[in-house]
Amino acid sequence: MSVEQMYQEIILDHYKAKHGSGLRDPYEAEVTHVNPSCGDEILLRVHLEGDTVADVSYDSVGCSISQASTSVMHDLVVGRPIEEGMATAAAFTEMMHSRGDFEPDEDVLEDGIAFLGVAQFPARVKCALLGWSAWKDAVAHALAHKEENHD
Amino acid sequence: MPDPDLLAADRSGAPEASSAGFALPASVRGDFPVLDRQVNGHPLVYLDSANTSQKPRAVVEAMADHLLLHNANVARAMHQLGAEASEAFEGGRSKVAGLLGARPEEVVFTKNASEALNLAAHTLGQHLALGPGDEVVVSVMEHHSNIVPWQLLCQRTGATLRWFDITDDGRLDLQAAREQDLVNERTKVVSLTWVSNVLGTVNPITELAAMAHAVGAVFVVDGSQAVPQLPVDVATLGADLLAFTSHKMLGPTGLGVLWGRYELLEQLPPFLGGGEMIEVVRMEGSTYARPPARFEAGTPPIAEVVALGAAVDYLRGVGMQRIAHHEHLITAYLLEQLQRIEGLRILGPTVPVDRGGAVSFTLTSADGFDIHPHDVMQLLDSRGVAIRGGHHCARPLHHRLGIQASSRASAYLYTTPDEVDALVAALEHTRAFFGGHSLGGRR
Ligand SMILES: Cc1ncc(COP(=O)(O)O)c(C=O)c1O
Repeated sequence: MSVEQMYQEIILDHYKAKHGSGLRDPYEAEVTHVNPSCGDEILLRVHLEGDTVADVSYDSVGCSISQASTSVMHDLVVGRPIEEGMATAAAFTEMMHSRGDFEPDEDVLEDGIAFLGVAQFPARVKCALLGWSAWKDAVAHALAHKEENHD
Repeated sequence: MPDPDLLAADRSGAPEASSAGFALPASVRGDFPVLDRQVNGHPLVYLDSANTSQKPRAVVEAMADHLLLHNANVARAMHQLGAEASEAFEGGRSKVAGLLGARPEEVVFTKNASEALNLAAHTLGQHLALGPGDEVVVSVMEHHSNIVPWQLLCQRTGATLRWFDITDDGRLDLQAAREQDLVNERTKVVSLTWVSNVLGTVNPITELAAMAHAVGAVFVVDGSQAVPQLPVDVATLGADLLAFTSHKMLGPTGLGVLWGRYELLEQLPPFLGGGEMIEVVRMEGSTYARPPARFEAGTPPIAEVVALGAAVDYLRGVGMQRIAHHEHLITAYLLEQLQRIEGLRILGPTVPVDRGGAVSFTLTSADGFDIHPHDVMQLLDSRGVAIRGGHHCARPLHHRLGIQASSRASAYLYTTPDEVDALVAALEHTRAFFGGHSLGGRR
């Protein structure tokens, strides 16, 4: 696959549109994740309502792959049950570690399937996972926070 | 003003007449097999030499020959091979000393430039009994390797870290430093880069040395980007300690150098403890060897030192004056060609005056979108053009410039104008590719 093909239209559109970008209230957890080798950074907030991801808001800088994948993630998790988001995150992560040898389920990953080509460029896999790992971390924090408040 | 470093007499070769133009690469490229490689279906255009240089055959062969035919430990093996290995190892030290105009016993081998700077920070901190009220001065244009060791030292001792700012055109802001009394009677160490690995700026080392010495401070120089491309004479440079790294000057990885004035090295305490750095070891306490052995605990990188010796032979065979001259010409060409690209902004001096061969830049597409350096790098790589994208281990500098990352093309003695042209064509392609997508148009 050529690099030009790796940069699917879907990726470039998300890169420029950055769905859900910006920091919003309310939120239960806020995390910062960085990719120290390239300096990509994301500050991400999660707002949960019961078992649902009510909002994910973020402020991030980085390459097209990290920005687009965060935008796609936003679309895939917001308004849906936490559990479903976690399953999607697992499917996305598995695809990214497949080196491109993977049959993605479009019903699960939706626009995320555009990243299958990125999985063939090992140096960019970390970029694609930055937002997702921040989201998983933030949810874990928010849930832990909720438990504390119940105690 | 002509660069005094470029005018300094080269001990190794006649200066090239400027009319010879870009003659140097053609005469050396054949020595670097990697330069004939194809990458992603295109001839390799290697423009990442500030990151690490490519290696000529002579260096690799010297290393292989040593390992295959002369291998033994140094200093402690008494047999014939041990003698050969020790001689080859010390020969490497003498060659490095020769390149610098130094005495061999002033050349300390470390793992890399970073370790050399950590050695400097540790031992100076102890030697100067650094404490609260004392100040260490660096600059905002430093590589992390010349920031973090001093931050750690200041944390350990309570001393204060201060730094030079830069001007808008990417030079050290000497005027602001004077106005703020940055270097003053509390300053104990000043540690600055000679050539910036991002901006390419060549700092006025001799003038800065005078500034440091006027207040009695020790002056440390990070020569990682300078020693590979400029003639060096430590007798007139003004540095007390000079750190650099083998892999950026045609040598192997795993080896760095800390040169120091012998009178200073003699006063510094050991850094790492172990074999070879001692005089007498008793369980109650030990005495230490004289420099350079004092700072070289354990079995050193022997084959690497032999190979660095071969790299120095190679560099001096070409002539540091010629290398500096080529670096100047190719950087001028690079600056001129890059500035023709719309939406490309050069960081640092845009004229080839006191300017090394690393040129960093940002790129914006026609629709006003910043193209991230990683994306630039990826598209260039697909056309065989190797550059670096990121913060180049200089995050504070990027922060100071108000950007997160940049792309960097860097040249060396084998870089041709054709390679610069290939870079420019690939950048134009990148710009067109990313500009061809309208903002969020799909939905
Ligand atoms: C200016 C400067 N200082 C220090 C270093 C560190 O060199 P090394 O990684 O070999 O320790 C580098 C290279 O990355 C550099 O460019």
